[in-house]
Amino acid sequence: MVAIAKRTGFYALVAFILVFSVFPFYYAILTSLESGTALFDVNYLPTEFSLANYRDVLTNGVFPLNILNSVIVAVTVVVISLFLAVTAAYALSRISFRGRGLLLLTILAVSMFPQIAVLAGLFEMIRSVGLYNSLFSLIFAYMIFTLPFTVWVLTTFMRDLPVEIEEAAIVDGASPFVIVTKIFLPLMWPAMVTTGLLAFIAAWNEFLFALTFVSNNDTRTVPVAIALLSGASEQEIPWGTIMAASVIVTVPLIVLVLVFQRKIVSGLTAGGVKG
Amino acid sequence: MSNLSMGAPPTEKAIEAQERPATRSNLSRERLRSAWLFLTPMILVLALVAGWPLIQTIYYSFTDASLTDIDGAEWIGIRNYWEYVDYGDGEGEYFGLFFDDQWWNAVWNTVYYTVISVSIETVLGLVFALVLNAEFRGRSIVRAAVLIPWAIPTIVSAKMWAWMMNDQFGILNDMLMTVGLISSPVAWTANPETAMWAVIMVDVWKTTPFMALLILAGLQMVPGDVYEAAKIDGIHPVKVFWKVTLPLIRPAILVAVIFRALDALRIFDLIYVLTPNNTDTKTMSVFAQENLFQFDKFAYGSAASTFLFLVIAMITLLYIKIARLDLGGRGR
Repeated sequence: MVAIAKRTGFYALVAFILVFSVFPFYYAILTSLESGTALFDVNYLPTEFSLANYRDVLTNGVFPLNILNSVIVAVTVVVISLFLAVTAAYALSRISFRGRGLLLLTILAVSMFPQIAVLAGLFEMIRSVGLYNSLFSLIFAYMIFTLPFTVWVLTTFMRDLPVEIEEAAIVDGASPFVIVTKIFLPLMWPAMVTTGLLAFIAAWNEFLFALTFVSNNDTRTVPVAIALLSGASEQEIPWGTIMAASVIVTVPLIVLVLVFQRKIVSGLTAGGVKG
Repeated sequence: MSNLSMGAPPTEKAIEAQERPATRSNLSRERLRSAWLFLTPMILVLALVAGWPLIQTIYYSFTDASLTDIDGAEWIGIRNYWEYVDYGDGEGEYFGLFFDDQWWNAVWNTVYYTVISVSIETVLGLVFALVLNAEFRGRSIVRAAVLIPWAIPTIVSAKMWAWMMNDQFGILNDMLMTVGLISSPVAWTANPETAMWAVIMVDVWKTTPFMALLILAGLQMVPGDVYEAAKIDGIHPVKVFWKVTLPLIRPAILVAVIFRALDALRIFDLIYVLTPNNTDTKTMSVFAQENLFQFDKFAYGSAASTFLFLVIAMITLLYIKIARLDLGGRGR
């Protein structure tokens, strides 16, 4: 009896965790497929299948452009930070030099910077070099959180690779750049996929910088675009369209996360990440 | 908020072990040169994107800069933080951040939000982690499902929940009224008594998976034979949890709590979108952003940013100290 009660209790807990995690997104999908007055009835199960909201968000306004902006920013950020991080991680993990400990601590400290602390200074800098309202401002600003993270995780990963793999190359007189590109890069790809993915998610989701450095509707990224989606009047919030837009920008992320689930969990625990 | 943060620093020993003793050869000098060549771009970018702007923010907090005239900023000392205006005949008034009730309200909101949400997330995260660590059918599905809230952009979660918590058409009111917990609809995000709890609710939903995964990683490090031994000795599982499991995963929990706390202290996006212009949920970051870019009090907003930076810097130093002690402890 006790065993059965325990099992039931345990599975109830499992069920609770499942519903807790999935329900809000399920409900967003459900809402996004409703149109007209159906939107304002509370439904727990799908009642209609209308793509009107999706058509709305993808054809009216600049939302497709916002998606494109987000893709450009996130991809560029990932490529640049991975490039800078791989070479830096090689130096930090494989070569002993004076000041390395201090440098590592500085990188750790930068990763903990509150974004608001650099907001005023970054705004002034971006404005004075004429990058205000351009995607370059975001690509540049996002380095503050992607670069320390990628450097850190790749350093940890490279450090754990055995010494022997580069010994032969050093004896053969290969230059450090050749060592990095020919020997480490092929071994590094699992770590690079993980960190790249996490950096992509972080850049895709960022809000404060995107809100501050871009004021042009055509140049906005999706989080700001969704936050500012509004209806014809102040009171009339277009919930159906907002939910459709939300589902559109979230589904690719969820697919990525589910496909790379194992890698992400190992990256999370090697780093500790919140998106 | 999208930010990435990292675990304990790599141990020095591990790196040194890989360096061969031939330190003064041509080869290692060349390696040293390329090390700096490799590091310079990264250091330069970080200095430009983090170092210089931080210095600028701190500088502006001591000036009278306004959004429309940043370049014309003039040094005014600590007047953004602390100023006494003498009205003559012994009358006077204090101004500045330290005497601003709205600022202290924001500080209180931030602390309140941080303590409550991180506490709930830790307890709930621990429960989730214990469940995910157990063997059961369909575990991989649950593990995947748990990642969903984490993957959803904060803005999207804020909007999703704003809709669910809508006072007229929201499903949350419908659920609670069906169960009988409330008798009439509640305006969760607008009501002063529930607004902060609405924010906490969304944050708990979004961040508990992260906590659970960090704690789960700690749980998986506990060797199985510990439990075997306890079982053979006939010790009650609850006692095993308190006396064995919890002390062993304490470091993992501590690190997770510090990360979360640092993150919670700087919260901006969730509050900005879920409860706009609400003094009951306004946090330090929201206060700073408003002053910087909406109220045309650029210098004052910079002062608030600087204050928040100092708070977080102190906690970070504390963390680095703890992490180091921890590494030292393991090394011995």
